[in-house]
Amino acid sequence: MTAPETGYTFAYLDDATKRMIRRAILKAVAIPGHQIPFGAREMPLPYGWGTGGIQVTASILGPDDVLKVIDQGSDDTTNAISIRRFFTRVAGVATTERTADATIVQTRHRIPERALREDQVIVYQVPQPEPLSKLEPRRAETERLHALADYGLMHVRLYEDIARLGHIAKAYDYPVMVNGRYLMSPSPIPAFDNPKMDRMPALQLFGAGREKRIYAIPPYTSVRSLDFEDHPFRPIRAPHACELCGSTDSYLDEVLTDDAGGRMFVCSDTDYCGERQAGANKAAAE
Amino acid sequence: MNALTPGFADPVLDAQAAFRAVLEAMSRPGRVVVAGSALQAPAPLCRAAAAVLLALADADTPLWSDAGADAQAWLRFHCGAPIVAMPGDAAFVLASGAPPALAALQAGTEEQPQRGATLVLQVAALEPGRGWRLTGPGIEHEHRLAVTGAPDGFIAAWAASRTRFPRGVDVVLCAHDRLAALPRTVAIAEG
Repeated sequence: MTAPETGYTFAYLDDATKRMIRRAILKAVAIPGHQIPFGAREMPLPYGWGTGGIQVTASILGPDDVLKVIDQGSDDTTNAISIRRFFTRVAGVATTERTADATIVQTRHRIPERALREDQVIVYQVPQPEPLSKLEPRRAETERLHALADYGLMHVRLYEDIARLGHIAKAYDYPVMVNGRYLMSPSPIPAFDNPKMDRMPALQLFGAGREKRIYAIPPYTSVRSLDFEDHPFRPIRAPHACELCGSTDSYLDEVLTDDAGGRMFVCSDTDYCGERQAGANKAAAE
Repeated sequence: MNALTPGFADPVLDAQAAFRAVLEAMSRPGRVVVAGSALQAPAPLCRAAAAVLLALADADTPLWSDAGADAQAWLRFHCGAPIVAMPGDAAFVLASGAPPALAALQAGTEEQPQRGATLVLQVAALEPGRGWRLTGPGIEHEHRLAVTGAPDGFIAAWAASRTRFPRGVDVVLCAHDRLAALPRTVAIAEG
């Protein structure tokens, strides 16, 4: 652990900003799935790089927390490394790549394969918090639809997929109903991850920096992917085993390996895959 | 007038710890957590309630309180929150005695339910594991919470308030340096 940079308050944001974000987070927890506007601050990295998630993390983070940051399941991409290094520098917190060791997991577009526990918090980076945005661009109108719990537009959108294509053609950012009341964007996680949100023991927080919205799902809260009785929700997964660890139940990335059409499927969650490989090596050595 | 006692010894880290305690309590309704143990708040303000307000109230949050001049002067100095005369105008409502009716507090609107007030309600004692039966988001099966000194008719008023969801009031119950929260989603049944 390195000493934090001097000249910044702990975790970068000033305390008035943190209070404002903290009040928004508490109301978000009290109204599961409802988007709450907040005064997103300019952060030292551009919108689209996780400014919403970073502000939520900065507002909840304490010196004893252990932070893990993933980008599409990976701990070692530019975005994840930058955010980890940012919090190491401005808060001096410990970081980890191991899901089991983290108290806060900030994520871009994945939920770790390892089930999260009660003593963990997961913070999602959200580009577009409004699930109805592509169907109704007027913010004032979508707020009214949420107030009325009128989600017919989204059902029609899913129905049109079925009518045209025979199935719901939405592989990520698949809309969910939270606690039977609010339609919510799960952020662009693969639909494969949606079932993990349902009754998750960990608190789930969502931050959208450019769109300036915060929302939350308390632990053990019902999260249901929208579907129809005759077209039930099905999480989508590439029908292969991971070529590195052999997992047949994790979410896979397809990786091109050459210019001749060569490709391989590997776990998107690098920590999960690494642990399985280490476990297999250990078993082989014994 | 008495000299003011200090607020948080470390304003940044103590506020963070107090907030995380409230977040834990709000996320898992009925779970009792500790906050503000080291504070010396003027009576009748209890340490947990003082910690909640120090961590969350500021110039942006109108505050109503029945805690008397000493406590108000302390909160005004440390939080900088404007003190309002009517509980219905407040974002944070501090009740050390009988609280205002839930229906008299801000409940937000259907489109902006987050504008509902937070009631910081001081009670005599909080004990998990027995008493009220709480169910709802944040609770796996059922949490038990024994509240000594809850206002008369609170459970009936709470049930009436819940029917307004998503509008509503969120409550933080405080006793000494312990607190538990009741977000507007939680259902309370007599134990």
